[in-house]
Amino acid sequence: MLTDTDRRLLRRLQANPDMPVADLAEAVGLAPATCYKRLDRLQASGVIRATRAVIDRAALGYTVEVSLRITLDKTQPRAFDEFLAAAREIAEVQEIQTFLGRVDTRLSVLARDMAHYQQVYRERILALPHIADIEALMHVATIKDAETLPL
Amino acid sequence: MIELDDTDRAILRALQADATLKSATLARRLGLSQPATWRRMKRLETAGVILGRRLELDAEKLGFGVTVFLGVKLATKGRVSLEDFERAVTAIPEVQTVQHVLGLYDYRLRVVARDLPDFERVLRRRIMTLPGVGNVEANVMLSEERRPGPLG
Repeated sequence: MLTDTDRRLLRRLQANPDMPVADLAEAVGLAPATCYKRLDRLQASGVIRATRAVIDRAALGYTVEVSLRITLDKTQPRAFDEFLAAAREIAEVQEIQTFLGRVDTRLSVLARDMAHYQQVYRERILALPHIADIEALMHVATIKDAETLPL
Repeated sequence: MIELDDTDRAILRALQADATLKSATLARRLGLSQPATWRRMKRLETAGVILGRRLELDAEKLGFGVTVFLGVKLATKGRVSLEDFERAVTAIPEVQTVQHVLGLYDYRLRVVARDLPDFERVLRRRIMTLPGVGNVEANVMLSEERRPGPLG
């Protein structure tokens, strides 16, 4: 079970993942050793999954980002499995989601420029199995990207 | 734009999976010296390739069982300022991501909620009351995979 202290701890750490444990302990009113122990427990129980480096794709030359919202041909019983397995093989695909709603899946695709995007789209995306329809949303700007939970 | 070699890409891949890795551990894994690895890590940071670190939490274990992707169309484009909409939508704690897009919708949002009734509350009280909001399409997320993505 998560305690209020755990939540406070996670809230702080989420806002500032670089915070040293000593400062974190002080901020939530714990002894550093207790704080370490709690963080260990949150990691062991899988509440904290990972601390990941955030990479700026634009700095690597990937300036085009497109959300592809895809409807699959559901008359094919293995449509989802086969589509997802093939989508995983495309290096430019950065996120894959499946949905209950008007669209079945979404791929987030990165490309260096429009010419590169066109190449990825024609040669890789359109070759994916069981696609019934594709809608594209082209990213203009990221306004919020913290992905924090409202703890 | 910064030029990366295979070693830089291996470092990025490793830190993307676990940013708490020490340069010594990473050096051993890649068969490099610790100082050389440390210098490469610093270079990636100062060049802005590594923007920072992010905590990945298990939303479900923390009681957030529902994630919904919303496509939002503004109703009165031109008359409502995009800044007003963006300021208001960014302030909603349940809204994790806001992207300005071109296409069928003007914005795409990622929203977390405890359950469907909680999502309905957020949708009605917070999203539908945003300045200029028009048509909203919701897709409830069933599964998600984050891929490493291209590293050049």
